[in-house]
Amino acid sequence: MRMKKLAAGVALGLGASMLSFAALAADTIKVGVLHSLSGTMAISETTLKDTMLMLIDEQNKKGGLLGKQLEAVVVDPASNWPLFAEKARELIEKDKVSAVFGCWTSVSRKSVLPVFEELNSILFYPVQYEGEESSKNVFYTGAAPNQQAIPAVDYLKNELGVERWVLAGTDYVYPRTTNKILEAYLKSMGVAESDIMINYTPFGHSDWQSIVSDIKKFGAEGKKTAVVSTINGDANVPFYKELGAQGVTADSIPVVAFSVGEEELAGIDTAPLVGHLAAWNYFMSVDSEQNDEFIESWHKFIKNEDRVTNDPMEASYIGFNMWVEAVKKAGTTDPAAVQDALIGVAVPNLTGGYATMMPNHHIAKPVLIGEIQDDGQFAVVSSTPGTVVGDAWSDYLEGSKDIVSDWRAPLACGNYNVKTGKCSGQNF
Amino acid sequence: MTVRTIGGICLLSLLLLLAPLRALAEGEQEVYSQAAELLMSRGFDEKGQAIQLLADNNHPQTQLILTLLMDSRLYYNKEDDRLYQIDDYDSGKPAISITTGDRLVIEKKRDFKKITLNNQLRSQVRQIQAELGLKASDLSRRLAAVRAMLGSMDSDTLSLVRKAYAGEQSAAVREVMQVAIAIGELPRADEARARDAIDTLGGSLEPDARNALSQFASATDSKALKAAAEKALAEIEQRTNLYGGIETLYFGLSLGSVLVLAGIGLAITFGVMGVINMAHGELIMLGAYTTYVIQQLMPNHIGLSLIVAIPCAFLVSALVGIAIERGVIRFLYGRPLETLLATFGISLVLQQAVRTIFSPLNRSVETPEWMSGLIEINPVLSLTTSRLYIILFCLMVFFALLLVLKRTSLGLQVRAVSQNRAMARAMGVRSEWVDALTFGLGSGVAGVAGVALSQLTNVGPNLGQAYIIDSFMVVVFGGVGNLWGTLVAGLSLGVANKVLEPWAGAVLAKILVLVFIILFIQKRPRGLFPQRGRAAEG
Repeated sequence: MRMKKLAAGVALGLGASMLSFAALAADTIKVGVLHSLSGTMAISETTLKDTMLMLIDEQNKKGGLLGKQLEAVVVDPASNWPLFAEKARELIEKDKVSAVFGCWTSVSRKSVLPVFEELNSILFYPVQYEGEESSKNVFYTGAAPNQQAIPAVDYLKNELGVERWVLAGTDYVYPRTTNKILEAYLKSMGVAESDIMINYTPFGHSDWQSIVSDIKKFGAEGKKTAVVSTINGDANVPFYKELGAQGVTADSIPVVAFSVGEEELAGIDTAPLVGHLAAWNYFMSVDSEQNDEFIESWHKFIKNEDRVTNDPMEASYIGFNMWVEAVKKAGTTDPAAVQDALIGVAVPNLTGGYATMMPNHHIAKPVLIGEIQDDGQFAVVSSTPGTVVGDAWSDYLEGSKDIVSDWRAPLACGNYNVKTGKCSGQNF
Repeated sequence: MTVRTIGGICLLSLLLLLAPLRALAEGEQEVYSQAAELLMSRGFDEKGQAIQLLADNNHPQTQLILTLLMDSRLYYNKEDDRLYQIDDYDSGKPAISITTGDRLVIEKKRDFKKITLNNQLRSQVRQIQAELGLKASDLSRRLAAVRAMLGSMDSDTLSLVRKAYAGEQSAAVREVMQVAIAIGELPRADEARARDAIDTLGGSLEPDARNALSQFASATDSKALKAAAEKALAEIEQRTNLYGGIETLYFGLSLGSVLVLAGIGLAITFGVMGVINMAHGELIMLGAYTTYVIQQLMPNHIGLSLIVAIPCAFLVSALVGIAIERGVIRFLYGRPLETLLATFGISLVLQQAVRTIFSPLNRSVETPEWMSGLIEINPVLSLTTSRLYIILFCLMVFFALLLVLKRTSLGLQVRAVSQNRAMARAMGVRSEWVDALTFGLGSGVAGVAGVALSQLTNVGPNLGQAYIIDSFMVVVFGGVGNLWGTLVAGLSLGVANKVLEPWAGAVLAKILVLVFIILFIQKRPRGLFPQRGRAAEG
C-alpha cells in the first residue's frame, strides 16, 4: 500500500515536471476529441469528430491560439462506456490536452465525469440531455430540458391545441427524466392523468405495430393528441415507418421529437414523415449569414455537398469558440483559469444571435420548432422571441426545484439547496 | 372556421348567381391575384388567409391549388411572381403556370421556391377539400370527405350532408352519411329521433360515433336515453375488442414472420450443420445493403429494384457465407467455442467494413408504392400492406427452402451429411462440398431476409446485431434441425410477444418471452420439435 502511494507520488512528481517541461517545449496546444468512431454510436458521433477537426483546422488558419498552433488528439472510445473513462484519462494524463470535446450519450458523460473532476480538466458536452447535473469541469453546450422539451410542449398546447399527450421514449435515463419533468409540467397545467400515456421501449426497438395502434386508439377519443418522442437513435426509423404505414399523419397526430435531426433524416425515406415536428436550437435551414458560412466550410471540409449539418454540430461550434475566447481572455490554457474565464463568454451562434456561458455552465439558446419537409430539412414554424437560459436543475421535479447551480465565487457550487442552504459538493 | 367557410360559400354562391357573368370573371381574377400574393409571402398566417380566400370565393382553381399544395408541388417564380406546378424539381424540367397553363423550362433551380405548409394549414386544406369532396364524382373521395367531417358535425355541416345524402347513390357512402347525420342530430333531437340516432351510431365502428355517444351519455338528462346510449357503447366496446384481438393476432403473425425470416437461415447453418454462426446477423445486413445498392443503381424503378434485389442479396450473402465457411469455419468443425469466437470476430470485421465502405450513417431504402398503405376492413381494423407482403414473403421463402431440402439432390445430400457424415461419405457424397453449399444456402437465405428487413427497419451497420439473439432464440425454441419447428416457434413467439405487449409494455413483454423460453428449454432441452433417431443422440 505504502509502496504504491510512494510510486504514485513519484509518478505524479515526474508527471508534473514533465508537464512544465512539455509546456515550455511544446509549440502546439493539444485539444482532445472523444467521440465514438466505431460501435453503435458511431452513426452520430463521427460527424462531431469531423466538425471538431474542421473547427481546429480553421482556427489554425486564423493563426492558431496564443501564438501557437492547435493540435487535435482523436481517440476512439468505440461506444463502450467504461472505455470512455479510460480514453479520457489517457487524453488528459498522457497527451496533456488542454480541453476535451466529446461524449454523446448521458451514460458516457457520467462515465468520464469522475475522471475530469479528479484531474480538474475541461469537457465540452455538445448534446441535448436530461439536466439534473452541473459539474465544475463540464460545460454543457447542448439543450437542457427547459430549452427543448418544455417549449415544444408549449407550442403543441398553445398553437395546435393539443389536449392528450403520448410520452414515448427509449428505456434509459434521458427519456425517463425528461418524461418525468414533462409529466409534472403537464399536470401543473391541469392535464388529467388519463390524458397522458407514457410508453417505454427497449433500445433499437423495431416492431412498433402495437404501440402505434395504441397511439391511434388513444388519439381517436375526440381530443387533439400529440406524441412527444424521446425515442433514441435507430428505433426512430421503424417507428416513423410504422406511423406512415398505419396512416397516422402529422395533421391528425403530430409527433414532436427531440432526437431526430437532419442527420437522422438523411437515412430515412422522409415521405411519410412530412409535417412531424422536432424541437432543436438550430436547424440547417435557418437563414443567417453565420449559418451559410458554416455550411459552406463544412461542405468544403468534408468534400461532399450532400452532407447536412445539425444541432449538436452547432453546439460543438459554440463550445469550441467559447473555449477559444476564454483562453484568449485568460491568456493561458490552464484549465482552472479557463474554467473561470468561460463564465460570461459570449460568442455568435449559427441562428444569428449570441450564446452566452452562464454561471451554471449551461448556455443561453433560442428554441426552434421545425416541421419535417420532404427533402429531409426542417421548416421553422415557431421560435422563442429571445434566448432561453439552460436550467441545470428542473423547476418541475420534487427535490430538484430548490437546487441552483452557480460556479462563480463565493458560492462555487453546482447543487446549492436554497431551502437548507447547503451545498452537497460534487456528489449528485 | 367551418361554420364561417360554409356560410361564406353559401352567401357567395348566392351573390355570384345574382352578379352578371363578366363581373364574375373579373372578380375571380382579382381573388386569384390577391390569393397568389398571399401564398407567396413567408408567413403561414398569410398563406392560411389565401387558402380561405380561394375557398370562400369558390374559385375554380381552388381544387387544383389545394391538391398541389398538399403534394408540395406548388412553386412560385421569384422573377415573375407567378405560381407554377412543378412535378419534378430539377433544372431542365418543366414548370406549368397555374393560370395560363404555359410550360416553362426550369433554368435555375433557385428561381423557383416551394410554397410550404405547416400542420395547421394542412388540416385547414383537408377540411376544405372534404367539403368540396362531397360533390366529387369519385366514390372513394366522397367517402373520405364524409369521414373527414365526422369529427366536426354541427348544424351547418349537418344540412350540407343531408343535402348530399338525398342525391347519393352509393350504399357505402350513404351508410357513413347516416352516421354523420346521426352524430349531428343526436345532441339536438327529440326523444324518438335520438333513439334512432343512438341505434345508427351503435351499429357503427367509427371512433367519432363512439365519442358522440359517450358525450351524449354524460350530457343527457333523460335516464332512458342515457341507458340506451350506454348499452350501445357497450356493444361497440365488445366489437372493438374483438377486432382488437384480430389486429393483435395480425401484428403477432407479422412480427413472427420477421423472426422466422431472420432465423430460418440460421436454422440451416446452426440447425442442420451445427455451426454457431455469430456472423449470421451481418449476413442479413449484407442483404439489406445489397437492396440499397440495387436501388441506387435503378432509381426510377423502386418496385422492380426490390424484386431484383432478392436474387442479388441471396448471391452476395451466399458467396460471403461460402467464403467464411471455406476460409474459417471448416478448420473449426467440432470445436463450437472456437467457432463462436471466430464468427463473432468475423461479424465485427463485416460491420466495420460496411462502416468504412458505406459510412457509419444509415442508408435510406425507399418503400415502393404498392407496399405502402393500408387495407381498411372497417374503421377499427386495418391491415398494413407492407406487413402483409412480409408475411407472404416469409411463407414463400419457407416453402421454397423446404422444397430445396426435401425434393432436390442437394437437399438429400445435406440431410444425409447432417444425419451421419461418415455414412454419407461412404456412399460417395462429397461432404466438404456439401458443407460449403449448405452454409452458402443458409447465408443466402439470411441475405433474402435482409431484403425484407430493409423495408421495415434501418439499413445500417448495426442491423445484424439487433436480430442475432432473436434468430438463435427462434431456432433453439423450435428445435434444432427442424424447419417446421422454426416456423411454428417464430410465429408463436411473435404472437406471444404481441399479446403480452399491451398490458406489460414492450420492455417487460420481451423479458417475459425470454423467461418463458428459459423455462421451456429446462423442460424440453431439444425444443418444440426435437430431432429423433440415432444420429440425434450422438
